Amino acid sequence: MSNWPDLDRFLQTDPCDAGCGTAMELLHVYADLAAADPAAAQRRYPEVAAHLRACGPCEQDLGGLLAAIRPDVTKP
Amino acid sequence: MWRYVGDHPGSAGGRSRDASACASVAIMTVDSPANCAGDGARAPDAESEQWVRALSGCGAERDRAVTALHEALLRVARAEFARRSGQLRISGPELDDLAYQATADAVIAILAKVGQFRGESRFTTWAYRFVILEVSAKIGRHFWRQPHVPLDTADWDRLPDRLGLDPARESEWRDLARALRRAVEGELTDHQRRIFIALMVDGVPLDALVARLGTSRNAIYKTMYDARGKLRASLVANGYLHESR
Ligand SMILES: [Zn+2]
Repeated sequence: MSNWPDLDRFLQTDPCDAGCGTAMELLHVYADLAAADPAAAQRRYPEVAAHLRACGPCEQDLGGLLAAIRPDVTKP
Repeated sequence: MWRYVGDHPGSAGGRSRDASACASVAIMTVDSPANCAGDGARAPDAESEQWVRALSGCGAERDRAVTALHEALLRVARAEFARRSGQLRISGPELDDLAYQATADAVIAILAKVGQFRGESRFTTWAYRFVILEVSAKIGRHFWRQPHVPLDTADWDRLPDRLGLDPARESEWRDLARALRRAVEGELTDHQRRIFIALMVDGVPLDALVARLGTSRNAIYKTMYDARGKLRASLVANGYLHESR
């Protein structure tokens, strides 16, 4: 274990990381799944999940999309 | 900004993780969703079908659908700008104007691409994605209209804070910070160094850099991804970080 966990985590790269392009293309699919079951979305798209853990801007977009669809999700 | 705090899959598996588990996934360089979502298409739900039919049609029904789409997207844009207001130093009519611009751009894109909707999600989620991405792009472009530290000032004293290095422990990390800077200057390509310094030293948000360089978020992320790997390898080789297990 590093003495500098934040720096270490920042420099770690995950070979499964899909990159921003794929994550942005799949954001709507991932968001619908994640709104119902976040773990299921991670299982279905592990490469997008890996990217969202490492990329602030894409994670922020997902947050915005989840906030936008939340009222729809609760609609009868 | 970059996520270097909190859970990261690298800490569990890191660079040694078996990439074969993701072998079917296009890593980094492929923008097309076809490789990842080819099996995601399904028959749209009734409400989504209705949206697509109305927006693909003509006359009063289409006009009503476009108006409804605009109203829905404007609500989302306003909410998203409000959620991210900390990244902007504007409010009131100026902020609302940005929301209208993001909405208008998203509506144009959606009308051009509605035939490409494949039912992988609900139509509204697919449509909202357009406006969320427009909001991000607008915030990125707006960064350069605010008073800010100019690009290329390269004040390296700000880097430790961005990397979560506690000032109270400076005597412990001083050598590490020097080694990191040496690696940035010696191991990275000119392009990687420029991107690293803009994001991590100058603190330019990624989407702002996208706007400034006229490139894509993916291209900058890929550059940083490669740079991060090089820097980590250098710090491991010099004994500052442990090899991943
Ligand atoms: Zn990203």
